[in-house]
Amino acid sequence: MQGLLDLILIQTVNGIVTGMILALVASGLTLIFGIMDVVNFAHGELFMLGAYLGVVVLATTGSFWLALLFATLIVALLGAALQIVTLRPLIGRDPLTTILATFGVSLVLQNYALWQFGPVARKIGEPITSHFTLFYLEYPWYRIAIAALSAGIIGSLWLFLKYGRYGIWIRATIQDRVMAQAMGIPVPWVYTAVFAIGAGMAAASGVLFGPLVGVNHAMGLDWILKAFIVVVVGGMGNLGGSILASIFVSLMEAYASIWVSPAQAVIASFVVLILTLLFRPTGLFVPTPK
Amino acid sequence: MSAPLLRTEGLSVRFGGLSALNAVDLTVARGEIRAIIGPNGAGKSTFFNCLTGVLRPTSGRILFNGEDIAGFSPDKVSRKGIARSYQITNILPNATTLENVRIAAQSRRHSWSLLTHHGSFRDIIERAEAALGSVNLLHKADEIAANLSHGEQRNLEIGIALATEPSLLCLDEPTAGMSAAETRETMELVRRISENLTILIVEHDMQVVMELAHRITVLHYGQILAEGTPGEIQRNSRVLEVYLKT
Amino acid sequence: MSAALATAEPLVRLADVHTYYAKSHILDGISLHVGRGEVVGLLGRNGVGKSTTLKTIMGLVRPSSGSVQFDGREIGGSAPDRLARLGIGYVPEDRRIFRLLTVMENLRTGLDRRGVTENRKQALLAKVFEYFPVLGERRGQAGGTLSGGEQQMLAIARAMMLEPKIILLDEPTEGLMPRMVSQIGAIIDVLRHDGVAVLLVEQNVPLTLASCARVYIIEKGAVRHHAASSELGANDEVIRQYLGV
Repeated sequence: MQGLLDLILIQTVNGIVTGMILALVASGLTLIFGIMDVVNFAHGELFMLGAYLGVVVLATTGSFWLALLFATLIVALLGAALQIVTLRPLIGRDPLTTILATFGVSLVLQNYALWQFGPVARKIGEPITSHFTLFYLEYPWYRIAIAALSAGIIGSLWLFLKYGRYGIWIRATIQDRVMAQAMGIPVPWVYTAVFAIGAGMAAASGVLFGPLVGVNHAMGLDWILKAFIVVVVGGMGNLGGSILASIFVSLMEAYASIWVSPAQAVIASFVVLILTLLFRPTGLFVPTPK
Repeated sequence: MSAPLLRTEGLSVRFGGLSALNAVDLTVARGEIRAIIGPNGAGKSTFFNCLTGVLRPTSGRILFNGEDIAGFSPDKVSRKGIARSYQITNILPNATTLENVRIAAQSRRHSWSLLTHHGSFRDIIERAEAALGSVNLLHKADEIAANLSHGEQRNLEIGIALATEPSLLCLDEPTAGMSAAETRETMELVRRISENLTILIVEHDMQVVMELAHRITVLHYGQILAEGTPGEIQRNSRVLEVYLKT
Repeated sequence: MSAALATAEPLVRLADVHTYYAKSHILDGISLHVGRGEVVGLLGRNGVGKSTTLKTIMGLVRPSSGSVQFDGREIGGSAPDRLARLGIGYVPEDRRIFRLLTVMENLRTGLDRRGVTENRKQALLAKVFEYFPVLGERRGQAGGTLSGGEQQMLAIARAMMLEPKIILLDEPTEGLMPRMVSQIGAIIDVLRHDGVAVLLVEQNVPLTLASCARVYIIEKGAVRHHAASSELGANDEVIRQYLGV
């Protein structure tokens, strides 16, 4: 019995850690959808590119933190460029066209990464290698650091949205893009900025997650699937909801993997998704629409 | 003096604290053309929505041919014989004009045969063509509906409603967005089809209302403010006050 | 026509503008003008194209033909955010304040423009809170919690933050209690006093005639009558014809 309780507590910690990274990826995705109705199928590739850039900068400078910083900034700029070139011309058209566009971008980025870096997985070394004792495990501090950093980044985003001058522009545009324009807010640029922020956050997650798995051109696929599940469960466009949903779904999977293999534990996420769509399709953490 | 086709008794709709319709008692005789007018928010759309089953009234009865249809689902209301055309054109843009109307005509003759070609249901096609003829669109039967002019599309709306063989036709702002010439045409059309039909019409174009309607009901804040012939309503100072907000 | 209708250098001029919503021909050759600092009214029944006229000026609807000029330059089809920065303020029907933003944040959306000093921002806020004390009291409250009349005031105050040359007001008394109607009249007077032009769309005839120097009467997407308010009474035959029953 004691063993099971310990296991549950350990999995709770694991679930929260994974949940925070997922939250970082998913919040960018839900923000992009919430403000410009774009389902960004390239989001996983931005995550992947962030991880690869992390590898490159780490190799060049030897500093994990510089890798995190540069990967985030460069992918944010790339995201802005992508939005201007491929999505801005499609504003006002059938949403299907943006899905196709971002899907196309994801294919391009995946194959670029494959061509540029080859099929062998790369490794990012952890910046913090010490462990502490969690029950009977040697638990790496790095995992705690990831959770804290992710929380910090999301917290900064929240503060920016709430108090920043441009944060108000973003929130106004999310609520009523027509009136935002009528108030002089340059909505097309707000879209670009939000896409860049989402891209940067995905890249940061990629770098942070890099040390836990291998960095390869297909690593985006797993994450994007989970991120979409989380976005739906949390309520599309609902930032707070996607964060709560990330932790919730990750905890479900973590607990499930006590009894089944991690590969099978993924089913828990899908069960949550199906139940949400059946009973509260607007999102588990969204107040019921009247 | 035949029994009225439609009679509402104490029809009320409340949304929380807001009274959209307040104890409306309205009677429409068979064969009448009745216009319902009133300023913004008077309850005209709410009234139509109750009649056609889109909205369930909070209280009151809607007696159609003596039967209380309040709270019936829209398809049930349609089968009872009430048809409605909408303010925002509701046609199927990628189907032909005839196909649009035929689908409506089919609703009256149900068949389970999956293997018979649709062209062999002659009676349905005849009914559809008759409806198109009533709205002057027979010559455009094979035209894709999206290619019709705005006025023609609005008339197609009416044709679709007619194809369901209603006894009561509800027209929701039929001349909205039409030019003066198109409006005249639609007025003629409505006059022609009114021979065998009872018509309820919500309109803002006063010329249309005054020339077409036998009687007018004026709604204001969900209640009946006045009722009478066009002449009586025009001379009614309360109505004028409400419209000009004097 | 009297000298009051002279058209030297109007601030806003529409010439033979046609606008469609899909196939619906909403504006059918509408022509009108508003002079600097002038308060002009647009009267007409529902569905005649009054709101669409304002939306066309604000760039929310693109005219298919005709000329829309503001301050001497052609603006037909320009982006609304550019027009807001050029000096056109828009107060739509149903207000459309940002419900999840506080009163203060709603005002900030118009205040955070390039080239506005902190001092001027504070002065603008002070002025608006003086004209609308209830907004000052509720400045930390979410916009959606305000009453209908308060939301209307916020919508107008928000537009005033742009320091516009003209404010387009779409049916401001719609859905308001009768005693608020005179408050709207007072606000329009304040705007005129500040040299801001107003294009007022309304169905309330007495308010329009009292506040506006000139009125246009619209029907089926075009101007049917144009007169100085001093020449029109609320019971004029023309008013009854186009607005009455």
